[in-house]
Amino acid sequence: MPSITMNRIRNKKPTDLLFDVTVVAICILMFFIVAYPIYFIIIASISDPTYVSTGRVLFLPKGFSLFGYEQIFADSRVWIGYRNTLFYALFGTFINLLLTLPAAYVLSRHEFKARRFLMFFFIFTMFFNGGLIPTYMLMRDLSLLDTPWVFIFNPLTVNVFNLIITRTFFENNIPHEMFEAATMDGCSHFKFFSTIVLPLSKAVTAVIGLYYLVWHWNDFFTGLIYIRDYNLQPLQIVLRDILLSNQVFAEGAGSGGTGGGYAQRYADQVKYGVIIVSSLPVLILYPFIQKYFEKGVLIGSVKG
Amino acid sequence: MALIQGTNTETLPKAKKATVLNTLRRDYQLWLMILPAIICVIIFNYIPMYGIQLAFREYDFTAGLTGGEWAGLKYFEQFINSHLFWDLIRNTLLISVTTILVGFPAPIALALLVNQIRWKRGKRILQTTVYLPHFISIVVLVGLLNVMLSPNTGVLGLLLAKLGVEGNLLASVNAFVPIYVLSDVWQHVGWNSIIYLAALAAVDPQLYDAAKIDGANKWQIIKNVEIPAIIPTIIILLILNMGTVISTGFEKIFLMQNSLNLPISEVIETYVYKTGIVSNQFSYAAAIGLFNTFINFMMLVIVNTIAKKVARISLW
Repeated sequence: MPSITMNRIRNKKPTDLLFDVTVVAICILMFFIVAYPIYFIIIASISDPTYVSTGRVLFLPKGFSLFGYEQIFADSRVWIGYRNTLFYALFGTFINLLLTLPAAYVLSRHEFKARRFLMFFFIFTMFFNGGLIPTYMLMRDLSLLDTPWVFIFNPLTVNVFNLIITRTFFENNIPHEMFEAATMDGCSHFKFFSTIVLPLSKAVTAVIGLYYLVWHWNDFFTGLIYIRDYNLQPLQIVLRDILLSNQVFAEGAGSGGTGGGYAQRYADQVKYGVIIVSSLPVLILYPFIQKYFEKGVLIGSVKG
Repeated sequence: MALIQGTNTETLPKAKKATVLNTLRRDYQLWLMILPAIICVIIFNYIPMYGIQLAFREYDFTAGLTGGEWAGLKYFEQFINSHLFWDLIRNTLLISVTTILVGFPAPIALALLVNQIRWKRGKRILQTTVYLPHFISIVVLVGLLNVMLSPNTGVLGLLLAKLGVEGNLLASVNAFVPIYVLSDVWQHVGWNSIIYLAALAAVDPQLYDAAKIDGANKWQIIKNVEIPAIIPTIIILLILNMGTVISTGFEKIFLMQNSLNLPISEVIETYVYKTGIVSNQFSYAAAIGLFNTFINFMMLVIVNTIAKKVARISLW
């Protein structure tokens, strides 16, 4: 009932009331600052570009038009990029997990003598690295330039941050007594890891798997530095060409902003559309995976 | 199999060698499980460190990663004497220090704010929204800035034009740093606040009760209960951030660069890319890159030492 709310407000100290009002106001402002650009991209991508470019599309789509999406669906570059990124992301994440999970398990075993040294061995790479040029030269000497492998095997294949998160999870969630009981029954580390640890660790596998997956999906650097062949380029490079180099229309006419304001209006609509299309997988997954993201940070932050 | 912890036989001098063998035999499965990760890190992280000597040698195509003849400090001198040196240092420090000054306190403030919300559903909605931009790629973020800030057709560009801000902000030397830093805050403030929210959730409820009995208002509770509770987290994250103080976000700066904002947007890392990968001056670029890495590392060590002395908190 309203009267209860009124009483609660009346019982508050005036300073606290002012405080609460300020908090609510800032929160609402924050919400709009973050949400509006994302919402605007969506409505701008389906509105008539003439209305968008004159600032008349603000809160609702106006003059429905799918011109941008038609251009994108007809553009082979986008599909090549999509296919490549999908392959790099799925296969890359598989390799990441294959290397990270067992290593994290080993580092979580307190009876493992080399544990402290190996921990330092991994963490050191977080603070010191060879830098861009020696890494590039290595990739060249290994003949990884212009191959899909460079997306999968690179200095971030074992991400130390994810390794620490996983190790911390194993330490806190796999009771030591469980391993002792298992060894009594003649269980080896291999068997213990595959039949007991992994099934108990779905949460952390999901968390770091998603971290790796999102990283692969958004990876622009690898394509920029190591890849020249256009058929191997990931989605983010194609996006760069369309969004920033203004190579909007694949099939000649009107590309590069020729034709002045008219072409630019339509070019912008293609850009709004391609932002949506490229971010769609992450945006669709987002509501489902959000709780895992938080969990990941919480698991990792318990111990350094 | 002797999988259970072996009894301590180290007191017997003769048995020492056997102990090492025994440990290896006991732990061979563990070694096998961690070996792929070790090999991968040696190849892709440690070999490039070994390759740093390229900065002190003449680059030689036939010699590969480590280069040819010794060149001493030639390339470092060349960099320090180049006309770009001070501009690069200034731009790099300006961008990174501003990012830390604005970007570091922002998630702390947001966490304290979100922690005040009692309406659970509203809290969730706000959190879900502010985490989202973290998962947008850098290319999309810069693309978003470009289309929205465009002075003729962008929604923000049109708004700013009405407010009297003239010209194309994306080509402006003065607007580069504010756009870079504010968009960075926009993208990561929510995500970075999660860790502080976790620290706040761990505050002992008795402390709140005690503060209320003492008659503290909400502001005083934040100041005297909540902020002290998250100080260890703040310091650890500050140390980690300082380690990358001049290693500014290469990709984002690179994508935001254009010929007009270049006087302010050229930083060490973009210059390394241009001299090394684009114009193939490998030794020179490696020297500049090493300069960057070295200063990063020193910053980390210095801040860590100070934190250790002042707050008794450190990374090692």
